[in-house]
Amino acid sequence: MSKLDGNLFVLSVLIVLLLAVGGAASGGNYLSIYNLQSMANQVPEIGLLAIGVMLAMCSGNGGIDLSGIALANLSGVASGLVALSIFPVDEAPVLFTITFAGGCLLIGMLGGALNGFLISRFEITPILCTLGTQMAFTGAAVVFSEGRSVMIGSPPALYDLGNGLIFGVPASFLIFLGAALILGGVLRFTPYGMKLMLTGANPKAALFSGFNRDRILITTYALSGLMAGLAGVIIAARNINVKWDYGTSYLLIAILVAVMAGVRPDGGYGRVVNVVLSAITLQLLSSLLNFVGFSNFVRDFAWGALLLCFLAVNRFELVDQFITRFSLGRAARAPKN
Amino acid sequence: MTMVQEMNDRSTPKRPEDKLTIWETLRRRPEMVTLTILVVICVAVSIINPNFLQPGSLIDMGRASVVTGLFALGVFAILAAGGIDVSFTAIAALTMYSLTKFVITVAPDLPMAAIIAIAVVAGALLGAVNGLLVHGLRVPSLIVTIGTQYLFRGILLAFVGTVWLMELPPQMTAFGKAALYQFQGANGVTVDLPAYFLIFPVVVGLAWFLFDRTLMGRAIFATGGNPEVAARLGYGQRVVHVFVFAFAGALAGLAGIIHVSATRMANPFDLVGTEIEVIAAVVLGGARITGGTGSVLGTVAGVLLITVVSNTLVLVGIPSTWQRLVVGAFILLAAAFFVRRKQKPKQRKAE
Repeated sequence: MSKLDGNLFVLSVLIVLLLAVGGAASGGNYLSIYNLQSMANQVPEIGLLAIGVMLAMCSGNGGIDLSGIALANLSGVASGLVALSIFPVDEAPVLFTITFAGGCLLIGMLGGALNGFLISRFEITPILCTLGTQMAFTGAAVVFSEGRSVMIGSPPALYDLGNGLIFGVPASFLIFLGAALILGGVLRFTPYGMKLMLTGANPKAALFSGFNRDRILITTYALSGLMAGLAGVIIAARNINVKWDYGTSYLLIAILVAVMAGVRPDGGYGRVVNVVLSAITLQLLSSLLNFVGFSNFVRDFAWGALLLCFLAVNRFELVDQFITRFSLGRAARAPKN
Repeated sequence: MTMVQEMNDRSTPKRPEDKLTIWETLRRRPEMVTLTILVVICVAVSIINPNFLQPGSLIDMGRASVVTGLFALGVFAILAAGGIDVSFTAIAALTMYSLTKFVITVAPDLPMAAIIAIAVVAGALLGAVNGLLVHGLRVPSLIVTIGTQYLFRGILLAFVGTVWLMELPPQMTAFGKAALYQFQGANGVTVDLPAYFLIFPVVVGLAWFLFDRTLMGRAIFATGGNPEVAARLGYGQRVVHVFVFAFAGALAGLAGIIHVSATRMANPFDLVGTEIEVIAAVVLGGARITGGTGSVLGTVAGVLLITVVSNTLVLVGIPSTWQRLVVGAFILLAAAFFVRRKQKPKQRKAE
């Protein structure tokens, strides 16, 4: 890569900085294995939803997916009810877990494909379409569960997915990294990934190049839905119940993560690795604020301010300017020495 | 746009004359569709359950529509200019709670008119912040207003207070209680039509004047239709952006104060979370989310439609759990319908 990725650089620096500040402020507690594990355990839900938002944003033309958390809840509720009615949790925990997880992913993908279908075939603006489906998905979850929470319980296999450790790393975090890695590979090395970014960058050129716009959009939103379904599995694995109104603030945080990762809201650019780092940064900051003893409301305030700051940074390309000036300064000084 | 449509209509005489005119009217005046659906639903509901027509339930709906309606007019202005806003509920909550607290602790004798004026100005200032950010950062207004929603709400809950204020200043209680007219219900209970209900028609009138009779109204629709062309025509984009967001903020501040007076307490956790329903109402009223279209009448019809739908499901025997699903389906149907409306001229050109 010829040019340094400004966002990657800033996020890495921020992560190191936050870890150092946290360690210093808490006298090492912040860096304890237990705290690191618990922080890593909280990243996947938001991270997966943020990847979904990123995919939708990359497709351009005002693309955005507001239905993520609603779809995650719907997949958990619906798949939970179906799996519960087929298998008794206590007798066949593994079979139950496989059915439940498979159901979640399937529902997530179908819900996402529905978004893509409505957006591509009916030309509904993505904001409006995903607002509508967000309400419809939440409504469907309410109808299925009659407004109550659905008790999934904690069968061993599912519990391990959400809370287990593999070589000291939380399993859910590894699942998140795995999903991110696969998706990053898909975006980078497959024709689909190339076409998605080109469509987002210039829809007209993509049209004239003969790209199948409908298929690209449906695939993109289906992938976004798949991520939501996976988030639904992890939510169910980490909590004993699933409910239609879980994580109502996640929608905005997922968008914040995507914007912090430097995903262009106009489409055409976004990197999965940045989204992962951005989700980790946000979690570190959130835990740090908790450690120092601020209330959740100060955190909300900080999220808002942070989102606007990152928008300003991206708008005025502060990082790039800084790097250019820095390297120019060095270059200018070089001949003197 | 309309010129092209008219020319195309003349060139396609194959279709039956009368059918075409009905479609044309619906296509040009989407609010008529909303109004028709509204009337149909009202008639159907009153046949299924005559309780719907009792003054009590009608007034309940009227009351419920004031706050949503004020929000919706603000959102309509922003949608017409090609943006979207999700921070207005946070503006309303921040304004209403801080102002109520201020009146209680610092100025208990402040007259009601002054309280309302302060709420409107404060809301307008917060809205102007939105407008400046949207204009300056040049990112989709959805993302900016998500940020300011968090910011305003964070300021409210972290720095102003989280306690419910149950003891309102007497002038605000009096304002909420003042009755315009009293109905005697069937079961002997008297129902008041509150005086604050009057504010809604007044604001509707003002908004209609603004959009249909002033240069600013022209500028807003022009900006929503095509920002670049509007800028070349000499409409200052910055002025338009700041104006629509300040307008929405002012109405949000007003709605916040009415909400406090009507519910007789100030709950800082109220209002935020209702923004999607408001946006749904505006879209159902025929305003396209990409800007440049819509009407004040349509917005009012959309608000009434949403209020009636969410209040009558139980009356006709549909469990209240279905409410979100029904509203969500309504949004998608409306979106699909209004898009069809947009596409037709294109298809004809292709033919």
